[in-house]
Amino acid sequence: MTSDTALTVPPARPRPPARSAGDRRRARAAYLFLAPFFVVFLAMLVIPLGYSGYLSLFRTRLIGGTSFVGAQNYLTALSDPEFLAGVGRMGLFLLVQVPVMLGGALFLALALDSGRARGAGVLRLLYFVPYAVPGVVATMMWGYLYGRDFGPLAQVFRAFGASAPDVLAPGTVLGSMMNIVTWEFVGYNMIIMYSALRTIPAELLEAASIDGAGLVRQAWSIKIPAIGPAIVLTVIFSIIGTFQLFNEPALLKGIAPTAISNGFTPNFYAYNLAFVNQDVNYAAAVAFLLGLVIAVISYLVQLRVNRGGTAN
Amino acid sequence: MNPTRRAAAAMFAGTFLTGLALSACSSGTGDTEPVSSDDVRKALDTDTQLTFWTWVPDIQKEVDLFQRKYPKIKVKVENVGQGLAHYQKVRTAVKSKDGAPDVVQIEYQYLSSFEVNDSLLDLGPLGAGDLSADYVDWVWKQVSTGESVWAIPQDTGPMGNLYRYDLLQKAGVETPPVTWADYAVAAEKVRSTGSYISNFANNDFGPFIGLLWQAGVKPFAYDGDKGVSISVNSTGAKKVIAYWQDLIQRDLVSVDADFNDAYYQALNSGKYAGWLTAAWAPVFLQGTVESTTGLWRAAPLPQWSAGQNVSGNWGGSSNAVLSTTQNRIAAYELAKWINHDPASTTKLALEQSLFPAAEGVLKDPTFTDQPVDFFGGQKVNELFAEISGTVDTEFAWLPFTDYAASQYTEVVGKAIGAKGDLSAALDDWQGVLEKYAKDQGFTVTGR
Repeated sequence: MTSDTALTVPPARPRPPARSAGDRRRARAAYLFLAPFFVVFLAMLVIPLGYSGYLSLFRTRLIGGTSFVGAQNYLTALSDPEFLAGVGRMGLFLLVQVPVMLGGALFLALALDSGRARGAGVLRLLYFVPYAVPGVVATMMWGYLYGRDFGPLAQVFRAFGASAPDVLAPGTVLGSMMNIVTWEFVGYNMIIMYSALRTIPAELLEAASIDGAGLVRQAWSIKIPAIGPAIVLTVIFSIIGTFQLFNEPALLKGIAPTAISNGFTPNFYAYNLAFVNQDVNYAAAVAFLLGLVIAVISYLVQLRVNRGGTAN
Repeated sequence: MNPTRRAAAAMFAGTFLTGLALSACSSGTGDTEPVSSDDVRKALDTDTQLTFWTWVPDIQKEVDLFQRKYPKIKVKVENVGQGLAHYQKVRTAVKSKDGAPDVVQIEYQYLSSFEVNDSLLDLGPLGAGDLSADYVDWVWKQVSTGESVWAIPQDTGPMGNLYRYDLLQKAGVETPPVTWADYAVAAEKVRSTGSYISNFANNDFGPFIGLLWQAGVKPFAYDGDKGVSISVNSTGAKKVIAYWQDLIQRDLVSVDADFNDAYYQALNSGKYAGWLTAAWAPVFLQGTVESTTGLWRAAPLPQWSAGQNVSGNWGGSSNAVLSTTQNRIAAYELAKWINHDPASTTKLALEQSLFPAAEGVLKDPTFTDQPVDFFGGQKVNELFAEISGTVDTEFAWLPFTDYAASQYTEVVGKAIGAKGDLSAALDDWQGVLEKYAKDQGFTVTGR
C-alpha cells in the first residue's frame, strides 16, 4: 500500500499538514500522556548515563584530586586482564548456558503447546515459579543446596560413601552459576515462546496433520519457524542478561570468596571498582565498555537473523 | 589541596585560620577554632537537629539518655547498612555535601580512609584531647594523631582464644596452649580426633591482621598527608604466615570462609574445636551455636615466646563527626556522650554487649564479674578486659583499607584456599598494594 503511493505520487515537496485547533489539542494531550515517561526516562536514564560518560573521562586520585584524562580509562580497560577475563568468562557463559536454557525453554513450550500433557496450566505455572523467586533469594537457596558441609547434595553423596564434588571451587563455580541462571530463567523464556506458539493459526496445524505430519514434524517445520521472532527476542534478552550478571557472583562470593574474584563478571567488576577501590571514573569507563560489548553482540545476532530471514 | 589545609592548620592558629577555613569550605563553622564552655552551653541549649548513622542495634537507648539531658537537641538515628554498605553511603554523602549525617559509626581500620579526604572533623579543638586518659591506651592511639582526635572510641575487639573444652579434653589437651608451638602440637592431637583446632579463614583480612598485630608486625602506616608505608611481606609477617602455612599444609587447620551458613554449621557440629577471635565473639557465639552452651572456654592467644603476654585487636568501632556538619559542637557532644558518659557506656556494654573501650567500664565489677553460662561460668569479660591491656599500642592502617582488605582475599585468600605458597602470596599482595598507592598519588616509603 505504502509502496504503491511511493511509486505513483511524484516526489513533490512535502506540504506541512494543516493543523486544526483540534489536532493541536490532541497533540498536546498526547505529549501530556507521554510526559511522565520522558521525565523519568530523562532523570533516571539519560542524565545519569550522560553523567557516567562524563565521569569516565576523568581520573580521581585520593591524593591529587581530579584531572581530565580523555580516553585513558577506556584504553586501560581494554588491556585490563581482569576486565577481559570477565568478558571472556561471560562469553563462555553465553555459548554454553544460553543454548541449554533456551533449548530447554523451547522444549517445554512445545510440550505444553502440544496439548498432550495433562494439567498443562499447573505445569506452566510450576515452570514459571523460579522466575518469580527474586534472584537474591534464588542464589541464597542454591548456595545452601551447594553447601559442602551441610547441603543436601553433599549429604546424598555422603550417604553413598562418596565424597561430594566441590561445586563452589574455582574451576566449578561457573558451571554452578550456569545451573542457577538456567533454573531461574527457563520458565520465563518458555512463557515468551509459549505465547508466540498460541498465535499460530490452528488451520495451519490442522492442514499439516491432514497431510500426515506428526508432532515432531509440525514442531520442526511449522511451529519453530513461526515463532522465530520470539526466539530471537529471548536470545537477545539472554545476551543482555548474561553480560549483566551481578546477583549471582555478589552473593556466591559470601560462600565461595576465593572462587569468585572481584572481576568475576564485568558488572560485578564495575561495582567493585566503584565502591571498594573507590575508582568511580574507571568503573564508569568499564560500564560503558560493557554496554558497548552488549550492543555489538546483540546487533550482530539481529543482523545475522535478519539476513537469514531475507534469504528465506 | 586538602592536606595542605590541614598542614596549615597545624602551623597557624586563630583568626587567619578561621578566614581560610571559611573560604575553603562553604559548610559554615571554622573547624579548628577552639570552643569555650560558654559556646558549648549555648550550642546545647539551641534547637538543633542531628543525624546519626550507625548500625549498633538499639542505640536509641543511649541516644534517649542524651536527649533527656539535652532536650533541645533532636537526634535522628539511621541505620544505612553495616560495614562496606555503610561506608559507601557515607562517602557518597560527603562527596555530594548534601544529606550527610553529623555523627557516623566508623571502625578503627577505616578512620584514615576518611581522614585522607578531610571528611572527618578534628575533635581536638573541641576538647576531645582531655578524654584520652579515660580510654585504653592502644584504643586512643587508634583514633588520634598528635593533638588531633578523629573519633571517640566505642567498642573494641582484643583477641583471645575461644575453644571447646570438651573437644580439647577428648584430644588429651588439658590446658589451653600457651605458646604457638604448643598450639601446633595441640592442633595435631585435636586433628586425630577428627576436628580442627580452628579455622584459618581464607577470606578474612581482620583476624590475620590481628595476628600480625599480636606478633608486633606493623604492615601499614600513614602520615596523615601523602605518605604511606606498606610492608605486608616483611620478615615478621612472613614468620606469622609461615607458621600458618605449616598448619595448613599438614591439614591441622581448615581454610573455610567465615561468617556464612557453612561456617556456623561447622562451629555447631564441632568441626572447629576453637576460634582465635575477638572480645565480641563470646556474645556472638552464644547467639550462633546455642546448642554448645557450657562447652566453651576462653583463654588468651598463644604467644610467640613463653612468658610473653601480648595480643592484637580485631574489630570494634568509634563515632566520628563529619567535617560537613553544621553543628559541630552538638555533634561532638553527642559522640562524646554516647561513648563517655558512664550511664551510656555501661548500657552499651551490658545491654548491647559491645566490648568497651572506656577504662571505667573495663574496671567496673558489674561488667567484669559476670559469670557466663555459655563458658561454663567463666568470667569472660574479666579475661578480655585483662587482654585489652596487653594489646600492642602502636598499630596503624592504610588510608585505603577497603582495597587492602578486598585484595587480601583476592590474592592471599586465594592462595590459602588453594593451599599454595603463602609467602609468595604476601609478596604479590605487597605489589598490588604498592601499585594502587602509587596510582592514587601516595608516596610509598620503604619498609
